[in-house]
Amino acid sequence: MKIQIKQGRIIDPQSGLDQVGDLCIAAGKVLAIGETPEGFHPNKVIDASGLVVCPGLIDLAVRLREPGNEYRATLESELLAACAGGVTSLSCPPDTEPPLDETGLVEMLKFRAKNLNLAKVYPIGALTQKLAGERLTEMAELRDAGCVGFSQADAAITDTHVLMRALEYAATFDMTVWLRPQDAYLARGGVAHDGVVAARLGLPAVPPTAETIAVMTALLLVRDTGARVHLCRLSSAAAIDMVRQAKAQGLPVSCDVSTQHLHLSEMDIGYFDPNCHLIPPLRSLRDRDAIRLALAEGVIDALCSDHTPVDDDTKQLPFGETEPGAAGVELLLPLNLKWAEEKALTLVKALASITCGPARVLGLDAGRIALGLAADICVFDPDAWWRVESGALKSLGKNSPFMGYEVRGKVRYTLVDGQLVFEQHEACTSPYNSRK
Amino acid sequence: MGANPQLNAQGELQHLLTIEGLPRSLLIHILDTAEGFVAVNQQEVRKVPLLRGKAIFNLFFEPSTRTRTTFEIAAKRLSADVINLNISASSQSKGETLLDTVDNLAAMQADMFVVRHAQSGAAHMIARHVAPHIHVVNAGDGRHAHPTQGLLDMFTIRKYKGEFHNLRVAIVGDVLHSRVARSQIHALTTLGVPEVRVIAPKTLLPGDMGQMGVQVYHDLAAGLHEVDVVIILRLQNERMRGARLPSSQEYFKYYGLTAEKLAYAKADAIVMHPGPMNRGVEIDSAVADGEQSVILPQVTFGIAVRMAVMSILAGNQG
Repeated sequence: MKIQIKQGRIIDPQSGLDQVGDLCIAAGKVLAIGETPEGFHPNKVIDASGLVVCPGLIDLAVRLREPGNEYRATLESELLAACAGGVTSLSCPPDTEPPLDETGLVEMLKFRAKNLNLAKVYPIGALTQKLAGERLTEMAELRDAGCVGFSQADAAITDTHVLMRALEYAATFDMTVWLRPQDAYLARGGVAHDGVVAARLGLPAVPPTAETIAVMTALLLVRDTGARVHLCRLSSAAAIDMVRQAKAQGLPVSCDVSTQHLHLSEMDIGYFDPNCHLIPPLRSLRDRDAIRLALAEGVIDALCSDHTPVDDDTKQLPFGETEPGAAGVELLLPLNLKWAEEKALTLVKALASITCGPARVLGLDAGRIALGLAADICVFDPDAWWRVESGALKSLGKNSPFMGYEVRGKVRYTLVDGQLVFEQHEACTSPYNSRK
Repeated sequence: MGANPQLNAQGELQHLLTIEGLPRSLLIHILDTAEGFVAVNQQEVRKVPLLRGKAIFNLFFEPSTRTRTTFEIAAKRLSADVINLNISASSQSKGETLLDTVDNLAAMQADMFVVRHAQSGAAHMIARHVAPHIHVVNAGDGRHAHPTQGLLDMFTIRKYKGEFHNLRVAIVGDVLHSRVARSQIHALTTLGVPEVRVIAPKTLLPGDMGQMGVQVYHDLAAGLHEVDVVIILRLQNERMRGARLPSSQEYFKYYGLTAEKLAYAKADAIVMHPGPMNRGVEIDSAVADGEQSVILPQVTFGIAVRMAVMSILAGNQG
C-alpha cells in the first residue's frame, strides 16, 4: 500500500520541521518528506491542503477497561476512540481486573490489541502483585511480554521499604517506574483539593502536601537507587518545582500532567459536577497556571488524557461517592491546541508534548516523522471547531468535564504503520466554522 | 452546570439547596413569611390550606429526629400529605440506587422532596435529576449545607436582636464537619452581619476559611469578647478517633461554653445550638438551660421557617 498525503503542513516537533509539502508512505514506512519522488505511484492520495500532518499522537494514560470492566468500555471501543483522536500509540495503566501483574494477561492484551489493527498498545505492568504494595511482580518476564514500564496506577505503596526495593529491582533491568505520587494517609477519604471550594462545599479534602511528600520520597529514592522514575499526573505547583530542581540536578526523572489539570481548577467543580471528581483532585488556579507554564517550558515532559471511561450509574451519585476519572482520549489534540493558543505557542512546540515528549518517556523511537520510520501519522484540520457532546465521542465513556465546550482541531485521518485506521470527511456543523 | 440550580428561569426559588448564592431580599422574604406562620402556630386551629392535596416526601437517608419531625409538622400545618421514608433501612440495603428510589417516588406523584443524606451534594444531584414540577428541599447534605437550619437561626437572631447590621456573631466548634456552620456563615454574611467569627482548634477548621468572610479564632475567651450571639456546634464523638482531638474532656475545658466563658460576651448575648446537644462536651448545662439560652425557641421557630420555605417553593413553578 502506497499513500501520498499531498500538500499538507508537515510538522515534526522532534526536528522542528514545519513546511508545506507531500508525505509519501510505502510498506508502512515514511518514504519521502516534502517532495514526491519521481515514479512514486500511490494507491491512495489524501488531499491535505489546509490540514496539518504530524506524527501520530502518543497518550501516556488511556484506560482500556480490559480485562474486567468490559461493561464500561472495551478494547475495541477505546482503541477506535484513540484513532479518532489521532492517537496512534498509547500506554495503559495496570489497574484492570485483575491487574496486569502476570505475563499471560499482558500477552493476551497485546495479542487482542494487535489483532484489532488500531492504535498500538504499550502496557504498563503492575509494580507489585495485585497492586497490593507488598510483593514485587516478575518485572523482567513482564518486560519480555511487552510491558514498557511498571506502576501502581492509583494505588500507593505505603511501605517505603517495598518502594525502595521495587525501584532497585526495576533499575537492575533498566526499566522505568511510573509513580503517581500521593501519600495514602494524607489523601485518605479526600475527594477535592484542600482549598476554598472544598471548604464551601463541605467536601473532604486532599492537601497538596499529599503530593509533595510523595514526590520528595520518590526523588530521594531515585537519588539513592539510580532508578529512572516517571511521575504521573502532577497536580500542584509545589510538586512541579521539585521536579524542576531534580531535573536541574540531573536526576533521571520525567513527569506528565493531564489535560484536565491543564485547563481546569477546583472552581470547575461548580455545583458538584461529578465529572470533575478526579485523582489527583483539580487544584487551585495558581497550580493550574504553574502547570500551563511548566508544560510550555518543557519541565513537564508530556500531556496525557488520563482517559478513564466511567459509566453513568457510577457518576450519578452524590459527588463523594462517584467514581473518579474523566474520559478524554479524543480531546487530547483539541485541548493541546487550546493551551497552545492561549499560551501563544507554535504548533511545533505545542505538539511536542503529545508526540516526541511522551515517546521519550516510553523509550520508543516514535512520535516523529522521519525517513524509514513507521508511518504513524495524524492529519488534522487546525481550524475546524466542534462541540464536545456525547454523540461526537466514540469512547463509551461520556464522562467529560469538557462537555459543551467548543473546541478547535478535528482529526481527519489517522494512520498506523501506513494503514488508514480512521478518516472523517463530513463538514463540521458548528456555527463557529464561519469564523474561519 | 453553570446556572444556579436553585432558581427557575424567572429567578424564583425552585429548590432550596444551600443559602450560598441566594440574594438578601429572598432571605428576608422567607423570614418575613415565617413571621406570619408563627402567628398561625399560635392559633387554636394551627392549620392553613396552602398545600392541600400536595404530596411531600421526607427522604431521610440519615437518621434525624428534630429536623424530620419539624418538617413533618410544618407540612401538616400547611395541609399537605406527608410521607416519611427512612431509606437507610429499606431500598438502599436492597441495592437500589439513590436515583432509582427518587424516580419511583416521583412516579407516585410527589410534589416535593425533603432530603437528608450523609454525602455533600446529594440534594443538588437529586434536584438536577427530578422533573421541573418537583421541588427539593435540602434537609442536610454531608458537611455542605443545612439551609433551613441556617434560616431558622437567622429568624431567631432577628427575633432577639432586631437587626443584623450591628451584630458580632461567634460560631464555636467543629466547623470543618458542620453543614449547619456553613449555612449560618452564608446567611449571616448575606444578611449583612459585619463580624462573623469562628472559634475552634485548627483540626476542626477547613483549610481555607478566610475566603468565606469570617475571622478565625483559636482561643475561646478572645473569640467571645463582646459578641452579641454565640452559636455552639455539636461535637461528634467520632472526632476523637480521627486524631482531631485528644479527648472530650480537654475539648470541654478549652472550647466548652460555661457561664464563666460566656461572661466574655456582651451581657445580653444569646446562646444558640442546632441540637442535639452534648451537655458537658460543647456546652455546660447551666448555660444550655440558662437565661441567655434560646435553644428551645430555635426549635419552635424551625416549624414556621420550614412552613415558609415549603409554601414559597410550592408557589413557584419550574
